[in-house]
Amino acid sequence: MIRTYAAPLLAATLLATPALATDPAAVALTYADIAAAGYADSLTTAEALQTAVTALLATPSEAALQTARSAWIAARVPYMQTEVYRFGNPMVDDWEGRVNAWPLDEGLIDYVDASYAQTEDNSLATLNIVATPEFTLSGTTIDARRITPALIADTLQEADGIEANVASGYHAVEFMLWGQDLNGTGPGSGARPYSDYLQDAGCTNGNCDRRAAYLAASTDLLVSDLAEMAAAWAPGGPARGVVLADPQAALLAMLTGMGSLSYGELAGQRMRLGLMLNDPEEEHDCFSDNTHNSHYYDGLGIQNVYIGRYTRIDGSVVSGASLSELVAAGDAAVDQQLTGELAATVTALAALKTAAEAGMPYDQMIAPGNAEGEALVMGGVNALITQTASIERAVAALGLSKIDLEGSDSLDNPGAIFQ
Amino acid sequence: MLRALLILPLMLLQAAARSLDAQTLDAQTLDARTLDDRHLPVIQRTTAEAAKVAAVLAPPTDFTKAEPFEAKSAGAATVRAGTTADTFSQPSANTPFEGELTFKLGNALFSKTWIAAPASTRASDGLGPLYNARACQDCHLKDGRGHTPEGDDDNRVSIFLRLSVPGGPSPADILGWLATEPEPTYGGQLQDFAARGHAAEGRMNITYTPLPVTLADGQIISLRAPSYGVSAPGYGPLDPHTMLSPRVAPQMIGLGLLEAIPAADILGREDPADADRDGISGRAAIVPSVEYGVPMLGRFGLKGGTPTVREQSAAAFAGDMGLSNPLHRDPWGECTTAQPACRTAPNGQEAGVRDGLEVDRESFDLVAFYARNLGVPARRDVADPQVLRGKELFYGLNCTGCHTAKHVTNRLEGQPEQSFQLIWPYTDLLLHDMGPGLADNRPEGRATGSEWKTPPLWGIGLTRQVSGHTEFLHDGRAQSLLEAILWHGGEARAARDAVVALPTPDRDALIKFLESL
Repeated sequence: MIRTYAAPLLAATLLATPALATDPAAVALTYADIAAAGYADSLTTAEALQTAVTALLATPSEAALQTARSAWIAARVPYMQTEVYRFGNPMVDDWEGRVNAWPLDEGLIDYVDASYAQTEDNSLATLNIVATPEFTLSGTTIDARRITPALIADTLQEADGIEANVASGYHAVEFMLWGQDLNGTGPGSGARPYSDYLQDAGCTNGNCDRRAAYLAASTDLLVSDLAEMAAAWAPGGPARGVVLADPQAALLAMLTGMGSLSYGELAGQRMRLGLMLNDPEEEHDCFSDNTHNSHYYDGLGIQNVYIGRYTRIDGSVVSGASLSELVAAGDAAVDQQLTGELAATVTALAALKTAAEAGMPYDQMIAPGNAEGEALVMGGVNALITQTASIERAVAALGLSKIDLEGSDSLDNPGAIFQ
Repeated sequence: MLRALLILPLMLLQAAARSLDAQTLDAQTLDARTLDDRHLPVIQRTTAEAAKVAAVLAPPTDFTKAEPFEAKSAGAATVRAGTTADTFSQPSANTPFEGELTFKLGNALFSKTWIAAPASTRASDGLGPLYNARACQDCHLKDGRGHTPEGDDDNRVSIFLRLSVPGGPSPADILGWLATEPEPTYGGQLQDFAARGHAAEGRMNITYTPLPVTLADGQIISLRAPSYGVSAPGYGPLDPHTMLSPRVAPQMIGLGLLEAIPAADILGREDPADADRDGISGRAAIVPSVEYGVPMLGRFGLKGGTPTVREQSAAAFAGDMGLSNPLHRDPWGECTTAQPACRTAPNGQEAGVRDGLEVDRESFDLVAFYARNLGVPARRDVADPQVLRGKELFYGLNCTGCHTAKHVTNRLEGQPEQSFQLIWPYTDLLLHDMGPGLADNRPEGRATGSEWKTPPLWGIGLTRQVSGHTEFLHDGRAQSLLEAILWHGGEARAARDAVVALPTPDRDALIKFLESL
């Protein structure tokens, strides 16, 4: 009797007080689980890219090049959804520049068009490492006969302290697969011929062996960098450990990442700026014209973190106790508004994606005088800015502060205990 | 235009209104004590706040433990000390999300490569015709310090020569001004690059002579004594009286906070006659403000040549890159009348577009915001016993006589990042005679040929991580922190000699302390 009576009571209790959903530790766990899945998916798709690159280099052909390009675009889907883990997770912040730095002076890596801007104050901007087995860097002779991941990561990346000297990451690989987009704000993306990788008399633009070595090494490096971050979030990994050890700090990291990516990074640097300057150099995935996807999956990633739900590349879903439920417990109206605004942003960015896929890529949207393109971009910008205001309200609803209390306490509360 | 940024122009309007009132007040000869903070939206300190400030600024008495908040070099604006070269490139930690956007747009412009006019991308042209760099960040590498050329072939981008000759007019309302004027042909600095069709002004030559110094424990440190010259002059010989001053690009962190220290607090530390007889005087740099038209405290530049972040940024746009901007409207930068081809060359200005400037007000404000908000990383190892011992020595040897540890910034309206923060920059922002070894023998404003403004020390321990080198001082001659100390002379001679005499463990502790900044 007692047992049959007790069981429904227990179930009812669980429903009435969803302790798990409003427990910061549970929310932090979901956050870590989504990161683990997202970085694992990023690794998986980068490995698929690596396979496609290997095939392209073994037997260069138009079809093999297209397969590799498709693999790169597919690899961006999970990675961009992890970008919201920046701006608050120190391990991610210290690592991100290796995999997603942009814009790059691509003349550092390979041949460029004669119209490529002269930069005599960055002699490396036209170094063309593919054609240059030995060069001088900061007074030291560099042996670049073998192009290796180590050469790219330790010597070429940000050489001479110049940020545009981007040698590694998705955008370096993108350049190796597409080449320069010489169409400005007009139609067309990069058009590198597959023959740039032919290892016989058909080789175009010279140094096909070194070009192949660069593509292989930069792809390998991307894979190993992603493997490092996937491990950092896997069970027992250090990034996961940080999040689970201090759930309150994790909540702030979640919201800071959402707000910083929404406002400054995506709405500002990646969208508003390009529009302001009408400059395709400010396009994020400028060689491949894949920018619409980058922006869309960035926006989706922000939503994922809030609703505690991520759809993996195999279609399975990772979900759990969510920040949304936690905010709702504190202030249901804020949660409702933010949930709606995050969805509206995804819709606005989807419109951008749809338009790009229908023939108006991002670099054409930001062309001077393209009112339709400007409206699409600004639709995304405005939605992102709107949701950031609600993210700030969510921070307040949880009793958190973006400002580290300790710093401002120095004068306002001088008795505060120094840690 | 960016709607989110409308607040900036509004603040400027208020500032302009203030400056009109002030001009009439400041017409007569100015003594340093009448200088104010008109560049800031200051909310006056209350008596209670002043008492709190005085308490928090008291020097430490206990060196067995760190002071409260000591690790937070920039107060609530302090950023995490990361492990990468990007550590100086983070926005003030206490900036709102909206501030991050402004910061990132400013960063993009700071990184932007400018090109000579005419070019198809009109928004990006206007470089030069004579210039030192194409982008702000090409000198301010990773927002850190520039460096000397590694070899004869290495570029001279993050270091350049300032030029002047004695004579010329002095501002009537600034006492003690040492009259100099730009070199008649080459102007105020040597631009070693030029747009196609123009001659570069010349090449900066550096030679080093070894200068060994023996420390008390027998260790010999070989300093390198530089000498500078100009070769391949592109516009005829330089005036025989030309004075050269080499300048390495300084680090960019914490500038908005330095700008927000009350002028009165800085002036309060002046001791021009060394009344306290500690061998250290300290005088304020006072310069005419381009923006406000009155004398102001010179806070930026190695001799305090400019009063605000905006004026420093505007001067760099014009002088280093040849770009017109709201404060320097000549599209030819600082080309002189003796360089007519430069002055008549195509420029990046279009009537009615971008305020008719190469760098319009919107872009300029973005860059100024960026320059004001590069965060200072938190200190490491503040409670380490060796660091604390080094700190005790730093105080005991009176390094703090110039490198003042703590300040509290003004309370500011609408500028939360810099408002009422306890900061630890280790500078008094005053001019000091540093002796003949460091002298450039080129006066600038009130600064003599052997005076330099105390540079801030915050972030100095991260130089290798950010910049890949450890070159210090105004021209990067010192190749370590110890070498930098050994170059100190003049008012700092006693402190320098005391460091030479230190037992090895104490000297190591002092360096360890500096590396924790």
